[in-house]
This record gives sequence, structure tokens and C-alpha cells, in this order.
Amino acid sequence: MSARGSGQASRIPGAGRGAFGRNALGRGVVLMYLSLLVLIPLSAVVWTSTEGGVAAFWQAISSPEALAALRLTFGAALVVVLINAVAGTLIAWVLVRDSFWGQGFVNSVIDLPFALPTIVAGLTLLVLYGPGSPVGIDVAYSPVAVVVALLFVSLPFVVRAVQPVLMELDRESEEAAASLGAGPLTIFLRVILPSLMPAILGGSGLTFARSIGEFGAVVLITGNIAFETQVASVYIFGQIEGGDIPAAAAVSVVLLAFSLLALIGLNFLQDRWTRHED
Amino acid sequence: MKTRLTLRTLALGYLGFLIILPVASIFWFTFSDGLGTFWSSVTEPDAVSAFYLTLIAAGVAVAANTVFGVLCAIVLVRHRFPGKRILGALTDLPLAVSPVIIGLALILVYGSGGWFGGWLAERGILIIFSIPGIILATIFASLPFVVREVAPVLREVGIEQEQASSTLGASPWQTFWLITLPSIRHGLTYGVVLTTARALGEFGAVAVVSGRIIGRTETLTLHVEDRFLAFDLTGAYAASVVLALLALGTLFAMNFFNREEKA
Amino acid sequence: MGITVHNVSKKFADFTALGDVSLDIPSGSLTALLGPSGSGKSTLLRVIAGLEEPDSGEVIISGEKKTGLPPQKRGVGFVFQHYAAFKHMTVYDNVAFGLKIRKRPKTEIDKRVSELLELVQLSGFSHRYPTQLSGGQRQRMALARALAIQPEVLLLDEPFGALDATVRKELRAWLRRLHQEMDVTTVLVTHDQEEAMEVATEIVVMNQGDIEQIGPPQEVYENPATEFVMGFVGPVTRLGEAYVRPHDLRIRLEPDGETTGARVEDLLHLGFEVRVHLRLASGEDLWAQVTREAASELGLRRGTSVHVVTEHSKVFG
Repeated sequence: MSARGSGQASRIPGAGRGAFGRNALGRGVVLMYLSLLVLIPLSAVVWTSTEGGVAAFWQAISSPEALAALRLTFGAALVVVLINAVAGTLIAWVLVRDSFWGQGFVNSVIDLPFALPTIVAGLTLLVLYGPGSPVGIDVAYSPVAVVVALLFVSLPFVVRAVQPVLMELDRESEEAAASLGAGPLTIFLRVILPSLMPAILGGSGLTFARSIGEFGAVVLITGNIAFETQVASVYIFGQIEGGDIPAAAAVSVVLLAFSLLALIGLNFLQDRWTRHED
Repeated sequence: MKTRLTLRTLALGYLGFLIILPVASIFWFTFSDGLGTFWSSVTEPDAVSAFYLTLIAAGVAVAANTVFGVLCAIVLVRHRFPGKRILGALTDLPLAVSPVIIGLALILVYGSGGWFGGWLAERGILIIFSIPGIILATIFASLPFVVREVAPVLREVGIEQEQASSTLGASPWQTFWLITLPSIRHGLTYGVVLTTARALGEFGAVAVVSGRIIGRTETLTLHVEDRFLAFDLTGAYAASVVLALLALGTLFAMNFFNREEKA
Repeated sequence: MGITVHNVSKKFADFTALGDVSLDIPSGSLTALLGPSGSGKSTLLRVIAGLEEPDSGEVIISGEKKTGLPPQKRGVGFVFQHYAAFKHMTVYDNVAFGLKIRKRPKTEIDKRVSELLELVQLSGFSHRYPTQLSGGQRQRMALARALAIQPEVLLLDEPFGALDATVRKELRAWLRRLHQEMDVTTVLVTHDQEEAMEVATEIVVMNQGDIEQIGPPQEVYENPATEFVMGFVGPVTRLGEAYVRPHDLRIRLEPDGETTGARVEDLLHLGFEVRVHLRLASGEDLWAQVTREAASELGLRRGTSVHVVTEHSKVFG
């Protein structure tokens, strides 16, 4: 979550009055739109979660069912982040440094999870890896299913973050390392990986935020079994349907807090890493 | 060379099992019963109405977010004011919010017992469990994409062309249409494509606010789940394939505009 | 008529771009605003154009008060350092832009655009896009575009700054000729004193948001009002308290009442001229620029004892 548009130093004369220089109306409209759609509704969630006091909030998120759902959600998200960091970097590598027939097709497949509706993603996974799987693998209604579904929807994040960095990477430093006697593995770990790290971290932040909130892809394949395969978003959905709005709001606040933390924290790490590079 | 082949096999195997095979299999299952079954499933009245509702919600959301997105990008890139960083973060926020929470948030404000819901209901305006709610949820979920694509392009293009235009006598409005809009057109198109993809496919947020009145407040994604839970697998697969085809169309457009941008 | 700037000041955050500037630019002149970066010269030009709003003060163009008016209502032609070409338009459409905005009839636009393209020597290029032009061609197109609206004043912000040395030289001479033909009040911002000397009829030397001196090129060069101007418009060296142009320093082998003793430290041969590095008995270093003939006549070499004097020096209080 980068704050865009903040890079302009205010003393640069060239940044002065533009065609739309002093238009406060535009700013007002933007603020109004964001407030009505995003800010006020999200504030309502936070507000509702604390309506019954801190004790009620605590009780809502520490109920055994909520706790189990949160534990599964964060556990699965962490596993997905780790797998994605490795697989995403690998795929980006193969797309940039390798060349083979059909590479363009593979490259556009990366965006498919983004374009495909999550419910459809969940259904397709269930068709292939559910009961009656044509390949004989059945992971449906188990925690593994959660991980598979999350891997599907979060595939693009690390790949798309690492790919451009890898393309821009200076080949000379690799050649220099090779001339100094470094083997391929050493070159990768000592020369390439450090440059990719900010991108991997950024992609991982998005992966984590997306994973802890995902709903559509997991709802069918997990079967919604409390204490076993129920993730936080499905739990929240159940509480809304069941009419326990404060409980839904409380768990929502936990999810919101963690996805914000993940994004801000990784942004911070990314910044530090980049500065270190310069 | 050996490492290279191993890496390639690993990457392609991962993608094959995670993405390509599952998506291919749903096409396989849908059409294994023949085109006729598929056609009768997708032309069934509930499916048709769900399809139209999806188009309406996505259409309105894309239009609203396009106008907002361009305006917001201009404000973020061209204006100077305190709190700009916060505004930028706020526009990205929907990316970090679970769809279910989007739904919940909208219910709490616009639902019958919500902050504005009572006031609106007194005036006969029903938002939650009706089409406006679905549209609001879709707008929320697909809000950041145009801003995210347009803002960097706008920054890259810079302010000089706009200033040149104004010294040549163009009003701000003329400058916007004749100079700014043409120079951001590629980024804008890409942003609109991404917004469309997200809007057509939104499920969680819509599921919470729709109320699921079959034939009235059910979008195509909700229809998929509804058919699945009703053990009508043929119906669920058929609707999924329609959505998948829309996604593939989006994918094609994304690639096309990406390439055009590079050219 | 021309341009009058009255007590203009402008701050960016805590940086003072313009202190309190007043200036009269005579009608029909070609004035250069000369100064180092951060001197406020570009800001002053942008204030005149209305691209920047001053914190206080007034801008009057051809007797009309323009303060507070947006750029589109000022009738100025502005040329940017990086051309600001409309990339999605052809050369023709770029030049025609201002005329189309003014809703001129098509035939008139056609005629005017082809005249202007001829003037800037781009006649065959009307259907090209800016990316298909060289830097110099783009800048000439930008100039034609600015001239199309028949501006009361033409403002150029480091117009040759992004071009390479040869093209720069060509365009300077060309701009001077163009100005003689068009007779439009022109203001040029530059940090290059040679460019200002070569092109302008009037030079305004700026430093740290204030005007240091206004005058014709020769006047500014030969009679600088301040130490800063002296150093900025040409090479300078010091002889005691006095500031001297190195080519105004005379080297003698024999002392006469006014000379100061010095020793040659080093000689640099710069083709036609020789740069002589000297050290005074007091330990101060200075340098002189002499012709090759003079250097060989005097038989200068490292270690030669000489005597220096100048007829032309300045002492600033």
C-alpha cells in the first residue's frame, strides 16, 4: 500500500500551478466518494466491534470457534506466503531468464487467477481435487484445500512483483561474481536474491493480506466445517447470516488490523531494504 | 542446462496443476454432456437474470470508478495538500479488505439498522438486500484499479504539456479532454479492464449484501454457488464457464493493452 | 509597453524563490534572465506567464494588469526546456492547437500553420509525430506553436538547455534572426552567460531571488555592478583587493611603479591563448590569459619572474 502522489517536492518551481491547479472541488468529490464508500463503512465495522466494550470484543474473538477460524486462517496464510515466495520467484525466473515455446501463453496464465471470479476458481479446484477427482487426488474439506485455494488466488502477486525487477537486473554484477569464482548457487544467493528481496517482500505482503481475507475461493472447497476447515472470512459470513453482527465485526477488525499491519510493515521493510541498496 | 530444465519443469508443473488443469477440467466437465445441456443451463431464466444483473452492477461500478479513478489520480498527482499520503493509502485500502468485511461494512451503514439506513428507508430507499447494495459492494471492491494504473502514468507524463496547453489559450476543461485524457489513455484502458474483471467476478461482498432473492438480487457468481449448493452441478459448471470465458476475454484484453503500451 | 514586474515575491515552503523583484522589459527587446540554478529566473518567467502565482506583486503586460489571470488569458507564448510537445498529435496539430482553441476558420489555420512551419524550417514535417523529430526540430516546432497565437510576448525557459552543443549554437543564431524579423518582446531564461551574451539585447542578472544588474551585454560584462555579476558573466581572478578579468592582466618583465612582482607557476596552452598561473610574493595565486604570441615574446616558462599590472579592475565594497 504505497501512498501514491506524495513524491513531489513542494519547492520545485516546475510543480507549480497546472491546468487543474487550485481546484478544491475535485478534492472534495474524491474525499466524499471515499468517505461514503470506504471510510465510513469501515469505521462502522470498528465502531460496532467495540460497542459492547473491550470485554465483549475480547470474548467475541476468543470464542473457541472464532479462535479456531483465526488460527487456521493465519496458519494457512503463512504457509501460502512461504510457498508463494519460493514458487513465485521460481516462476518469475523461468519467465525472464529461460526461453521456450509457449512462454507468452504461460506468462498470460499468471494473470488468470486475477481475472477469474473467485467462486469459479474454487469450483474448478473442487472439480479437479475434490471427491470424484479425475486425477485421484481428493483434498476437499481439509485444511490442505484452504492452502490450495489460497495459492490459486494469490499466484500473481510475487510473480508480478519479481518479474520486472529481474528484467531490470544488472547482468554485469553476476558476471563479475562469476569471474571472481562464484558458482551459480552462490551467485543466486549472494548477488541476485538480495536485489529481489524487496520485490518478494512486497508481493508477500499482498499475498498475506489477500489470503487472510479470501472468501469465494475457499467457501466451496472447504465445506465450512467448524474447528476444522472454517476460515475467518467464512466464520464472519456465518455470524452475519446468523445475526450476531458484533461477533462478525470483532473478527473483521482482527483481519483488517493484520492485513494493514502486513502491508505497512512490509512497505517499511521494503523501504529500508531499498535505501540500503542505494 | 540441466538446472535450467529442472527449474522450467518445476515452474510449469506448478502452474499446470494449480491453474491450467483445474480451469481446463471445468470446461471439460461442462461440455462433456454436449453443447445442448450447456445452452439450456445458461438460458434458464434465473441464469439469464443473474447474467443481466452482473452486467448492470459491473457496468455501473466500472463507470463510477473510471470517473472517480481519473479524478482521484489527478488530485493525488497534480495537487498539493496536507494528508495526501493518507488519501493515497485510503484508495488502496479496498485491496486489503476481505470481501466479506466489505459486505458487513456496507450493511452497518446502509442496512435497515445502519447509520444511514434508517434515514434512507424512511424515504423509501432500500439499499441492502437490493440492487443498489450489490452495486455499492461491486464499486467498493473494484475501486482502486483505475487510480493505481492512471496515477503513475499521469506522473510520468508530467505537467508541462498541460501548462503548454494553457498558455496556448485552452481552458482547464479543454486541456483535460485534448491533452490529459489522450496522454493517459493506455493506462486508463488497462485500469478499466482490471476494474471490469474484478467487478464481474465479485462474490463475497455481493453475497453478504444481496439477500439472495433468486431471479432478482442474484448475480452470476452467486448463481454459481446457488446451483452448486442445490446439487445442480451442470448449472453451476455452465455459469462458471460463462464467467471463465469473460475472464479469458479480460485476460486477452490485458495482454493486448500491455503489449500496445510497450510498443 | 513591454512587460513590467512590480514588487513580485514568491516562496516555496521555506525557500525564497523571488525576494522582491521589480523589472521593466522594454517592448521589442530580447531580454535574457541570467543566473545560476535557484536564482529565481525561471520562477520569474513562470510568474509572468501565469504558470506560477506570486505571493505578492503585480505583472503588467503591454499596459494591462495580468496578475491573478490564468495562463490562458494572458496572451503569452511559452516555450519549455523539454519542449512540452503534445506527443499524441502531429506537428501540424501541435502548431494548430492554439488556433483551433480560438476557433479560427480551417483555411486560416492551414495558411498560418504552413507559414509558421516554413519559418521554423519544418515544412516537410507536418504529418510527423514529435517522437519522430530530433530535439532541435522539436524545439522549433514548440516555438512555432507558441508563435501561432500571435502572443504579445514570447517567453522561453532554457529553450536550448536539453540540446547538444552544435544544435544549440545554430538555434541561438536562428533565434536572434527570428526575433529581428518578428519584433515580438522576448524573454529568455538561461544559466549560460555565453548564450545570454550571444543572443540578448538586454541581460538581467539574477542571484538568490534578486536582481543583481540590468543592462546590455557589453555593459554587464565590462561594468559589473557586483562581485557576483563579475564572477558570473565571465572569468575572474584577484589581484589584491581588485577583481580582474584574466585577459585584462598585463604581464611585464620589468617593473614600473604600479606593477606587482609574481612568479610563473604553470602554463596551459589552450590553442590560440595561453593560461598563465602566477603566484605573488604574498603567496596569493592568480591567473592571466594572454595570446600565444605574447607568451612567446615574453619567453614565459615555469619559474620566470614577472611583474603584473592591470588597467581594468573593479573593487567591490
